[in-house]
Amino acid sequence: MLKTFSLGGIHPEENKFSAGKKIEVLPIPTQVSVPIAQHIGAPSTPVVERGDSVKVGQIIAKSSGFVSANIHSPVSGKVFKIDKVLDASGYKQMSIIIKVDGDEWEESIDRSTSLNREITLSAEEIVKKTGEAGIVGLGGATFPSHVKLSVPPGKTCDILILNGVECEPYLTSDHQLMMEKGEEILVGTQILMKALKVDKAIIGIENNKKDAIEHMTKLAEQYKGITIQALKVQYPQGGEKQLIDACIGREVPSGKLPIEVGAVVQNVGTTFAVYEAIQKNKPLFERVVTVTGKSVKNPGNFMTRVGTPVKDLIEAAGGIPENTGKVIGGGPMMGKALASADVPVTKGSSGILLMPDELSTRGKTESCIRCSKCVSVCPMGLLPYLLMTLSQKAIWERSEEERVMDCIECGSCSYTCPSNRPLLDYIRLSKGTVGQIMRSRNK
Amino acid sequence: MSTLTISPSPHVHSGDSVKKNMYGVIIALIPALAVSLWVFGLGALIVTVTAIAASVLFEYLIEKYLLKVPSTITDGSAVITGLLLAFNMPSNLPVWIIIIGALVAIGVGKMSFGGLGNNPFNPALVGRVFLLISFPVQMTSWPLPMQNTTAYLDATTGATPLGIVKEGLANGTSLSELMNQVPSFVDMLVGKMGGSSGEVAAIALLIGLAYMLIRKIITWHIPVSVLGTMAIFAGILSYSNPEAFAGPAFHLLTGGALLGAIFMATDYVTSPMTNKGMIIFGVGIGVITILIRVFGAYPEGMSFAILIMNAFVPLIDRYVKPKRFGEKVK
Repeated sequence: MLKTFSLGGIHPEENKFSAGKKIEVLPIPTQVSVPIAQHIGAPSTPVVERGDSVKVGQIIAKSSGFVSANIHSPVSGKVFKIDKVLDASGYKQMSIIIKVDGDEWEESIDRSTSLNREITLSAEEIVKKTGEAGIVGLGGATFPSHVKLSVPPGKTCDILILNGVECEPYLTSDHQLMMEKGEEILVGTQILMKALKVDKAIIGIENNKKDAIEHMTKLAEQYKGITIQALKVQYPQGGEKQLIDACIGREVPSGKLPIEVGAVVQNVGTTFAVYEAIQKNKPLFERVVTVTGKSVKNPGNFMTRVGTPVKDLIEAAGGIPENTGKVIGGGPMMGKALASADVPVTKGSSGILLMPDELSTRGKTESCIRCSKCVSVCPMGLLPYLLMTLSQKAIWERSEEERVMDCIECGSCSYTCPSNRPLLDYIRLSKGTVGQIMRSRNK
Repeated sequence: MSTLTISPSPHVHSGDSVKKNMYGVIIALIPALAVSLWVFGLGALIVTVTAIAASVLFEYLIEKYLLKVPSTITDGSAVITGLLLAFNMPSNLPVWIIIIGALVAIGVGKMSFGGLGNNPFNPALVGRVFLLISFPVQMTSWPLPMQNTTAYLDATTGATPLGIVKEGLANGTSLSELMNQVPSFVDMLVGKMGGSSGEVAAIALLIGLAYMLIRKIITWHIPVSVLGTMAIFAGILSYSNPEAFAGPAFHLLTGGALLGAIFMATDYVTSPMTNKGMIIFGVGIGVITILIRVFGAYPEGMSFAILIMNAFVPLIDRYVKPKRFGEKVK
């Protein structure tokens, strides 16, 4: 029986053009710009200066708080400058710009590809090293992983859930990673299980990746406590709360974290990064990025160094098609439209999606006809039509009562609306304001 | 690639549109329209064409000259209002009365509130009830089925099954006797009975329901709760006194039960937004319809029931919330 989450959901066109494409190593660019804010939390503090020589894997910016992450140099060369550069957020952010010279790695990194199954570190050492390696959630949310692995006092974790769902249309980086690095992901899972002191882990994979389900199920036979759960294809199953609900039927209460129901969720890409950090001593400075789109010549999956300009990736996939109207960092449902193809790849870049002109703009907004489709697709059980009106009228108190902060911004409502109403735009506005009001009240 | 579009996510859309939904409803109404033409012939044709044309024309004129807003007549909603208005009228209704009905439906029922999406009451029913109260004689003389296919104003008329039963019971006739005077259930299923032009064909209306459910234009909640409530309520009454109260099958197959439950109560704009709310709404319609039919002054109460429950929709939406994520007890 295929499981799925209980409320709402949609099934957009999958368009997984790059499925089954082997991960190619993208050539190292001549210059990288590495933003110091690539994760949720405080931006890191640069520890290199202009003119410094750096090696691949050398720390260049240090975590500046508990919720923050180290950043390591993705290349070897000289720090050219530390300056504000346009990044995927659409704003200019402080970045470390490095001119590339050769490809000299830190000696401590084990560059062999042999599988290392033996876990020698203790739980505490694993958490510490995960933090040192600058690992953040690679599914796109970029939440520092060591924070998730540190179970707060008073809470208990009894299960680890791995996110191999990749519910965003078009994207295939996690899929391909499971196909090529399945064993590494399973060892990574054991490492995470050890860190969390749990004996059970479930890897949730949607049924449109039958090969990955089969492959991982076969590999997992040798790994105690790890099971593969096939899931019905349904967006937004990769949402943390939806995935927990789908896999083990527990609902994370409003405003709470998964640990409340005894679960911790990590993405499979993150798990691979944890494997590399713990077993190979390799910090996070590269990741798999899908480059895709309806008119892209050679959609594919590329192992890419952080800081590489997006345009290099597009070049590797056959160049920018003539009719491109939009470049999206991430998937079509939750990704960000990029202002330029010069922005750098960061730890959170799961894909680059090129949209042709005709799909780059929205349809004309019409009156709400109260069809209630937004209500029926909302995976959080909210009333998007009402939240939009409340936001337009700036009625924040009522918005809070109507649980606007529960919104996970999956976009199912805007996707579904027959009147093309910008529901999520207004809900985001409301979340910003209501969030501020709530924080000021708590002070 | 000279300029890149920047917009917040999501960057894709389902492709659904107001038009697709409205024309979907129109397609779902076609079987009932066909039966109406078969049973009532020329009269049904004149009534339908007049009601649709007048509704669309009034929407056009009001938007162009009174509201001075872009025209919305192509979205299909005015056509639906006209079609449903026609379905709710006897097929021998004079053209001028139909035009008045369309003016009230579109002008008062819809445009006075700001057009599609803003009207609290089902526009076609506003028009219909206005006519029923203003022209009670013309609105309650129904042509006999299958006998007037080439007649219009001069059609021979007779009572509807609901009317026969209501009047007969009032005169002291027993129900079993009255049941011999009304058409058989098979005739009722295919539409061979007196009634408004579009309400008689049970099978055709059910085909429309199936189509709308498959296309996901509507959900089951409203039709099932309306018809289920009517069946249960009528069943209880009939069980308590079989000689005084007609049974569920009679109530579901006669009058506007199916037309109302499937096409009028499910109007997006005037029905609740949550599944739970839709069920409350449907139960209310079912209860009020049977109350009016059995205890009220009118033989049929579907239109009034829907309009009354339309008035409760804002209240229902205010207090009935969907099942929220995260409230399940472990």
